[in-house]
Amino acid sequence: MNASPTFMDRAGALFHRYANPGRFLKLGAALQPWLTWPAIVLTLCGLGWGLFFSPADWQQGDSVRIMYVHVPCAWLASSGYAALAVCAVLSLVWRHPLADLAAVEIGPVGACVTATCLATGSLWGKPMWGTWWVWDARLTSVLVLFFLYLGHIALIRAFDDPQRGYRAAAILALAGAVDLPIIKFSVQWWNTLHQPDSITLTGAPTMSHAMLWPLLVSTLGFTLGFAAIVVARLRAGVMEHRIRSLLTSPRRGTSVNATLAESGAQELAV
Amino acid sequence: MTHLPYILAAYGLAGALALYLSIGAALRLRRDRARLATLEAARGRQPVDGQTETGRAGVSA
Repeated sequence: MNASPTFMDRAGALFHRYANPGRFLKLGAALQPWLTWPAIVLTLCGLGWGLFFSPADWQQGDSVRIMYVHVPCAWLASSGYAALAVCAVLSLVWRHPLADLAAVEIGPVGACVTATCLATGSLWGKPMWGTWWVWDARLTSVLVLFFLYLGHIALIRAFDDPQRGYRAAAILALAGAVDLPIIKFSVQWWNTLHQPDSITLTGAPTMSHAMLWPLLVSTLGFTLGFAAIVVARLRAGVMEHRIRSLLTSPRRGTSVNATLAESGAQELAV
Repeated sequence: MTHLPYILAAYGLAGALALYLSIGAALRLRRDRARLATLEAARGRQPVDGQTETGRAGVSA
């Protein structure tokens, strides 16, 4: 009987290669400086370029410079939620243990970025539209995304048994992913006050290259920064999990707890 | 340049958020690394950053 591995088996084996926390911690420690330093340099260059050297818009004037902060945040708000949905698939289909921990860490960062996207959008809208907020399709769908992040954060911590929280939050992340195409296409499907996309995969950008380049640099810097923060939080999460498992294991528990009490780490004890 | 307060508020908000998240993550990582090293030392193992028994234990406690 020849049982050749199926696609699902091969994909599961690939994903579980990094389910090993030790292997992940090594990979994370190696990746961290390669994410952090380029993120700092590119973000500072992009924002400095956008703030001081890029031209003002002929209609919007200098307030167009808010774009160099707002657009990267909007991109990361959607991408972060897409990452949550991928983690949900990895968790529900392959029971990948790091996918659950990654979902725990991505949620708060994604929520902060989405809140910043909404706030900077309001700060851009007030001088341009004359109002902080309108119930426009794009704005409302991003607000829904923010509530989905908050729901995910609350749900994943809502159960005494973490596995139940992971499972419930994964289902919410998958169901909420339907909001992503709504956000993307809202400016095409409905008449909105929000401007249509200036950059698309299929057409040439409708903005000047003098604005496009600082925007791309800033977006790349923000993206690497997002990844650096998530990797750092995930490394810390894996270590905290390890600490909890060491504290709850019976072997030499008394001496370990005494050592932790001395080092002020008692609050991590379960 | 009447839009300057809006621009400064947007950049300030993004900068404050980036600092809050990155410093928070760095401090949390440093604290957990120290605590794990203390624990591992109490158990008679080498301090780890993913190089010892952490890898064999699995995430599930």
